[in-house]
Amino acid sequence: MLRDDVIEYSLDGHHSEEAGKKIRAKIWKVTALLTAITLVEVLLGVYIKQGSGLWPFVKWTFIALTLLKAAYIVLIFMHLGDEKKSLKYIVLVPYFLFMLYLIFIALMEALAVGDAWATYGG
Amino acid sequence: MAGHATKEIDAATLWGGKVSPFSTSYGKLMMWFFLVSDALTFGGLLVAYGFVRHDAQDAWPIGEETFNSLPFLGHGYPLVYVALMTFILIVSSVTMVLAVEAGHRMDRKGVTKWMIATIIGGFFFVGSQAWEWYHFIHGSEFGKIELADGSQAVVSGHFGEIENFVVTEAGHHHKKGEVIKEDLMHTFQHAAVAGHIENGIIELHDGSKAKITKKNDEHLTLIVKKAGAKYKLNDRIKDSKAAKEYYSALYSGTANRVIYGANLEQNEYGPQQYGQFFFFITGFHGFHVFSGVIINIIILIGVILGTYHKRGHYEMVEKTGLYWHFVDLVWVFVFTFFYLV
Repeated sequence: MLRDDVIEYSLDGHHSEEAGKKIRAKIWKVTALLTAITLVEVLLGVYIKQGSGLWPFVKWTFIALTLLKAAYIVLIFMHLGDEKKSLKYIVLVPYFLFMLYLIFIALMEALAVGDAWATYGG
Repeated sequence: MAGHATKEIDAATLWGGKVSPFSTSYGKLMMWFFLVSDALTFGGLLVAYGFVRHDAQDAWPIGEETFNSLPFLGHGYPLVYVALMTFILIVSSVTMVLAVEAGHRMDRKGVTKWMIATIIGGFFFVGSQAWEWYHFIHGSEFGKIELADGSQAVVSGHFGEIENFVVTEAGHHHKKGEVIKEDLMHTFQHAAVAGHIENGIIELHDGSKAKITKKNDEHLTLIVKKAGAKYKLNDRIKDSKAAKEYYSALYSGTANRVIYGANLEQNEYGPQQYGQFFFFITGFHGFHVFSGVIINIIILIGVILGTYHKRGHYEMVEKTGLYWHFVDLVWVFVFTFFYLV
């Protein structure tokens, strides 16, 4: 059922052979990068033990690398980087606002609860 | 490129109905909304995990101590297996994005090829997760032990093989002097949990008693996870002292001094909630991977039958691709917060 007042956005995805070549090259580049990041994470995890002086630094490196990996997956593999800005931000902004709030409130509360257990016992 | 608007439209027309302000089809937009809600579910689970971990009084398990086994090779390979699982999932994400790319060129053969590769990768991942669950539930050969002073410790080292049980006191089934060589480890662990081993003498199911012949353990180290009267948190007890503490507790003849593996009530790795979160979060993710594989198979059938080719576009592949990438995305976070940090 084709209606002339409905725009077929599904066809916008099509691209030519040459454009395809470029996109594939980009995909393989991102693959190499994601693999390299995972390798770095594992090596850091194996060689730097929790509780060592470097650990807090390593922990935050893990979190930063995770966000970097996530960004590549969402923006390149899921093509969100190629979508219209309105779609990009309606997905990302509410999610990040809510999650940052939730992480902050939950971890603060957890520390307070932990202190309460430590002080008053079970 | 995918999703780019081909026509310039003025704002009044854009927001006045008929066209999408996002320049995307209804199906794709709804898939994005679904993924946001699913991401909130996983985000909520991981934050709950963070909450429990932050208020926990006991030591939290450390990834590279808990997950250090490889199939066929045994222990001593920290994180290698999960890294491999992560790699498998990243690769299957890549083959998926290549299938989407082929779809944009109306290359039916290419889509078929890359979709099959993606499905194989998905099955590998689900299989790996099953193996890891099996290992997590089964546990180590040492388990977690409660020492004489009330502290709890996990054990690292190489477990000396049990060679046989020599019956010293006859029961209903076994005669005196009989040498038992079957099912030794299983019997040994059951007896240890039930407190049926005393000073190297094991009491078997039929009431007979037998002497345990066992090789010496190597590189034995006890790592204290819960403080007691004598040992503090994170104390490391080594070699002969470790063997003395471990076996005096294991062979004490009291029940429930040792925990092997994990179930929903307790686990040898850490607090009770650790096991529960492990089962729920990796299980929920595994369920997503499994349903993703099923959806991919359904779409693959559509590709092979030519349904999408006739339609003029492969957007269905793109939409399942979004779901599949999302599963990979979740694993990236699970990997960090469960295994690394």
